[in-house]
Amino acid sequence: MTTTEAGPDAAAAITQEPHGGRGTAWWGMVVLIMTEATIFASLLASYFFLQAAAKEWPLDGIEAPELSKISLMTLVLLGSSAPMFWAEHGIRKGQVWRLKAGLIMVILMGSSFFAFLSLYEYPELTFGMKDNAYASIFYMTTSLHGAHVVIGLLMLGVVLIKTFQGKFTAERHVTVEVVGLYWHFVDAVWIFVFSSLYLSAHLK
Amino acid sequence: MTRARRRALSLPALGLVLLAACSRQSPNALDPEGPAAKSVASVAWLMFGLATAVYVVVAGFIIIGALRGKKESRISDGAFIWIGGLLVPCVILGGLAVVTVKTTDTLRKPDANPLRIEATGYQFWWAVEYKDEKVTTANEIRVPAGRPVEIGLHSKDVIHSFWVPQLAGKVDMVPGQRNVIRFTAEKPGEYRGQCAEFCGLQHAKMALLVIAEEAGEYQRWVTRQQRPRGGPSSEREAAGEQVFMRSSCAGCHTVRDTEAQGTLGPDLSDFGGRKSLGALATENNRANLAGWIENSQSIKPGNLMPPVQLEPDELLNLLEYLENLR
Amino acid sequence: MTVTEERPPTPEEEHEAIEILWEEAPGAPGFFASVDHKRIGMRYIYTAFIFFFIAGLQALLLRAQLTSPDSQVMGPQTYNQMFTMHGTTMIFLFNTPVLAGFGNYLLPLQLGTRDMAFPRLNAFSYWIFILAAIFMYSSYLVGRPPTGGWFAYVPNANKTYSPGINMDFWGLGVTFVGISTTVGAVNFIVTIFKMRAPGMTLNRMPMFVWSILAMAVMIIFAVPALTVGTVLLEADRLFGTQFYEVAGGGSPLLYQHLFWFWGHPEVYILFVPAAGMVATIIPVFARRRLAGYKWVAASLVGIAFISFGVWVHHMFATGLPALAMSMFSAASLIIAVPSGVLFFCLIATIWRGEVEWTTPFLFALGWFLIFLLGGVTGVMLGVLPFNWQATDSYFIVAHFHYVLNGAVVFPIFGALYYWLPKMTGRMLDEKLGKISFWIMFVGFNLAFFPMHVLGFLGMPRRIYTYSEGLGWETLNVVVTFGSALFGFGTLLTLINFFVSKARGKPAGGNPWNADGLEWSTPTSPPPECNFESIPVAAGRHPLWDSEKLEEAESGTDDATKSMGPSGALNRQTPILGGMQSDPEETMEIPEPTYLPFVLALGIAVLFVGLLIEAALVGVLGLVVAAIGITGWLWRTEADLQ
Ligand code: HEA
Ligand code: HEA
Ligand code: HEC
Ligand code: CUA
Ligand SMILES: [Cu+2]
Repeated sequence: MTTTEAGPDAAAAITQEPHGGRGTAWWGMVVLIMTEATIFASLLASYFFLQAAAKEWPLDGIEAPELSKISLMTLVLLGSSAPMFWAEHGIRKGQVWRLKAGLIMVILMGSSFFAFLSLYEYPELTFGMKDNAYASIFYMTTSLHGAHVVIGLLMLGVVLIKTFQGKFTAERHVTVEVVGLYWHFVDAVWIFVFSSLYLSAHLK
Repeated sequence: MTRARRRALSLPALGLVLLAACSRQSPNALDPEGPAAKSVASVAWLMFGLATAVYVVVAGFIIIGALRGKKESRISDGAFIWIGGLLVPCVILGGLAVVTVKTTDTLRKPDANPLRIEATGYQFWWAVEYKDEKVTTANEIRVPAGRPVEIGLHSKDVIHSFWVPQLAGKVDMVPGQRNVIRFTAEKPGEYRGQCAEFCGLQHAKMALLVIAEEAGEYQRWVTRQQRPRGGPSSEREAAGEQVFMRSSCAGCHTVRDTEAQGTLGPDLSDFGGRKSLGALATENNRANLAGWIENSQSIKPGNLMPPVQLEPDELLNLLEYLENLR
Repeated sequence: MTVTEERPPTPEEEHEAIEILWEEAPGAPGFFASVDHKRIGMRYIYTAFIFFFIAGLQALLLRAQLTSPDSQVMGPQTYNQMFTMHGTTMIFLFNTPVLAGFGNYLLPLQLGTRDMAFPRLNAFSYWIFILAAIFMYSSYLVGRPPTGGWFAYVPNANKTYSPGINMDFWGLGVTFVGISTTVGAVNFIVTIFKMRAPGMTLNRMPMFVWSILAMAVMIIFAVPALTVGTVLLEADRLFGTQFYEVAGGGSPLLYQHLFWFWGHPEVYILFVPAAGMVATIIPVFARRRLAGYKWVAASLVGIAFISFGVWVHHMFATGLPALAMSMFSAASLIIAVPSGVLFFCLIATIWRGEVEWTTPFLFALGWFLIFLLGGVTGVMLGVLPFNWQATDSYFIVAHFHYVLNGAVVFPIFGALYYWLPKMTGRMLDEKLGKISFWIMFVGFNLAFFPMHVLGFLGMPRRIYTYSEGLGWETLNVVVTFGSALFGFGTLLTLINFFVSKARGKPAGGNPWNADGLEWSTPTSPPPECNFESIPVAAGRHPLWDSEKLEEAESGTDDATKSMGPSGALNRQTPILGGMQSDPEETMEIPEPTYLPFVLALGIAVLFVGLLIEAALVGVLGLVVAAIGITGWLWRTEADLQ
């Protein structure tokens, strides 16, 4: 290695134009999401581990969860990523109205999912979390996801307020992107939770 | 490399083993008394040899490298990395992988016509059941020398681990699961074992004894256990039996063919023939036994048998009774 | 900050203005509000060392009990608490945080930037660490320290067999401290990708930075498994769920899988940064560039990668299917290959270099000789049949002290001798350092080598006593003697530290004539802003590569204006694109703030609420945390505008 090796390109580096990478907040969120995804992966792995060790599944003659309504709500939750994308694209072009409208849509769809889960799905369940390991892991996984939905909704709410305060522009909207990313993650994780806890329980 | 050479090589590193091994009582895994432990011990010697060689060579490079100062060298950086870092380790590890698979295979192969036993771990003792013979005992496992043994391992409470170093490696006793350990004790003798998984307050004093006997002697013991129990042979014994049945003892302990059918503590049907007390916590003699009954907590603090208050003569009778249980 | 004069300020004026701007409030306000990575890093190191000595003292008490058969120094209850807290403290409250501390202190300096990517998060992660530590140690105040061992296997750790809040201190405490580790790792990763000096491409990063990167990636993917494991444990204990209860269809082995899926990577989380320290120290004192730079980086990353595939080797005796065990056995052997590469790169470096026998070098050499043995016994343990004899015996205790206490603690001591002069501005005494090293080295081997033998003589671990006549007496005496000697050696370094603080030789900028950017700051300790002008990294060894280090000038556009002194004048620092090493944006370095402390405090109260099962306290904690996080988000928002 020679002493001059890096001279030229280091100097070049300094004068180069920025080329639109992501900011630290975005990177931070991505890494956080990776670790959160691993939490869900560990829980789902635990679910299948317990299933593999069990003679019957679900345990103690509990019925596999009913599918029709939750499938519909799944569509609502996953669908909420669409207005989020639409809103993000809007603000990139400076269209604040799209951000407002999109966020309101997302929040409505997300809250109806959560309302369904907590007001309808949970009270309907015939088992409690102390009954057996199946019940425990079912409650643990769904409620952890529910908590993520709530946190996502709270963050979206803050973004909405800021939007109405006119804080976001075509150039300055990192928060929107970061919160949007989180919301997409909450949606994506549900696909895995749904397929494991609901769909796979019906496979024989 | 011959075996002798291998041993010679590992001498420096393991001189200490040999030194300590002079104490014959040690449950020394490198002083094996059965095929399972023997094959592990030979793997161990092989690896001690290899390890010593690797250590000497690599440490040699480091020390010489540090001491030699700045001199030209014919060994390039690349040679170090490719040969020392990649090639040699891969060869050694490949060899070890083969040894692993071969030894594991032989160790896991079931023997023909083994003696079948079921052992269950409790905090902090062992229940032992000879299913075919319909014999139950505790803490001391009698086996005929030379015959393969297969023990099914269970646990009633927490995880324990069954380890008799001179006969075989460890296998855990996990609640809700049946694991199996296989070994053969080649020569008659007593082999000390100990619980190897931390299981609470008295993990330290949860030991056991495997007693290998000549086939005939073993058979005599079994037959004695299968015979219906006769009545007490003396007045004192009879009085002791009364004490045992009336006080709390019978609620926790079983004595075959009596109304004592408790299962919280060790089966005492052959207690008089046991060498030890409280899973090898102490020697089984009159003084210790009296102390144990009055307050086992002073001998084995934290064990699950409560102190029992008895009048002195009650105690004497009880001791007489217990000592004659065979 | 505005400069009102017509003429541009002279460098001296600028220098002064920068110093005033970056100065932190003295006393308590400064203490609780600081977000400066150097202060936080030092705090981490000091706090962690307090726990090292506490846990070391516990170890010596363990040894006092084990010196003779049937000894009465302590009963089983105390002994079990003692080794549980010894292991837990060493792993969670000493090793992990002390490495995080070095990472915090050194990363921005080595990378050539003015702070970490998320300075407030950094402060937060320290507060969580110290509060979690206090949380766990408060178990002593109520006389209920945990007793389940550092891995708290169920069912022994569940409510039936461990009633009382002892194990809750452990389960909740470990979950709690995991938050700190995780956010710390997020911070490291983003800092490494976004905050390097211009010119510092990935393949010019100092090896310590590589090792922190590998460590942080392991943390991101490993700690969640531990968190899930302990959360399920606490759910069983506090709320009566059935995850690990056989009767309810749960599985005790599930806990073991979750624990070791973290537990195995964890030991490399500790080992890899320590190896990074060695790979930094060796070239400096061999006066030679690191041989096989790319190989070393690749082996650290390789170790991180393979470490996720071997966790089952901690469960070889649990009766798993033979095929599964053979695969994990093979994987455990494979991990020796990247270690071998790492080893021989360093040997090659020494071989053709000219060694300067300083104390840091001695400790690095100690690392070689000790880790070699610990690694080789690790390989033996990976061999299935061998493992069945050795597992859960003192052979294991020997193996992991060789690697943890040897391959991690020795480099940390080396790092103290090497970097403390930069941190405090004063050299440690070399003579005392060398004496300390030799006593530690001899004591170490006397303490831990005989344990291998004890294991084969049938001595299981975690026994509070043993009877006479098993042939274990002599060796246990040797072990205790060695332990005390080792402890004495560490105390000499402690003394060395205090003496040097009072009247050590001033260190100057670069006392070792070392190569890394952290030594390019003109003073020790470095100025509050680290670099008035961001340095340009012209190669892998910036201070050796050119006579005089190039420094960046402030540009006029958004991206480059923060690189020169005007960046320091505005509390800004440049940010890179990620993989590339050219500046792209400017980041504001936040002002000191109490918010991280408030948030951490709220979380601590929440955990206390769970511990004493008082819903009201838990809710109070949540409210405080909510206040903290809202305030924080509000201010983040202000920065982004
Ligand atoms: C810093 C910590 C650290 C490190 C680096 C290691 C490194 C290794 N460890 Fe260790 N280990 C622990 C910490 C660590 N370990 C702890 C704490 C436990 C016990 C936990 C508990 O139960 O409480 C444990 C337990 C443990 C077990 C389980 C034992 C049991 O409980 O049954 C096993 C089994 O495979 C194992 C294997 C290995 C291997 C293969 C390596 C390898 O990475 C080593 C590789 C390095 C080398 C081999 C040396 C350099 C290489 C060369 C010079 C090349 C030439 C060499 C050869 C060809 C051999 N370790
Ligand atoms: C980094 C990790 C680390 C380190 C550095 C150490 C350091 C030491 N350890 Fe530890 N150890 C573990 C991690 C570590 N240990 C773990 C994970 C376990 C498993 C726990 C479990 O089974 O759950 C364990 C278990 C363990 C046992 C087994 C207990 C058992 O199974 O029954 C023993 C027994 O000898 C032991 C001994 C020692 C000794 C003598 C030291 C020595 O290095 C200590 C040296 C002493 C000092 C550094 C103290 C010097 C200080 C003073 C003299 C007092 C001055 C005081 C002040 C200034 C306040 N350790
Ligand atoms: C609450 C249950 C309980 C009661 C009551 C009880 N024991 Fe025990 N006993 C145990 C347990 C549990 C052990 C095993 C202790 C250990 O080794 O950890 C034990 C062990 C023993 C042993 C040692 C057995 C061996 O092989 O090592 C003897 C002898 C004994 N008990 C006798 C008695 C007598 C006599 C009484 C009544 C006076 C009695 N026990 C009452 C539970 C009980
Ligand atoms: Cu049973 Cu340890
Ligand atoms: Cu491991």
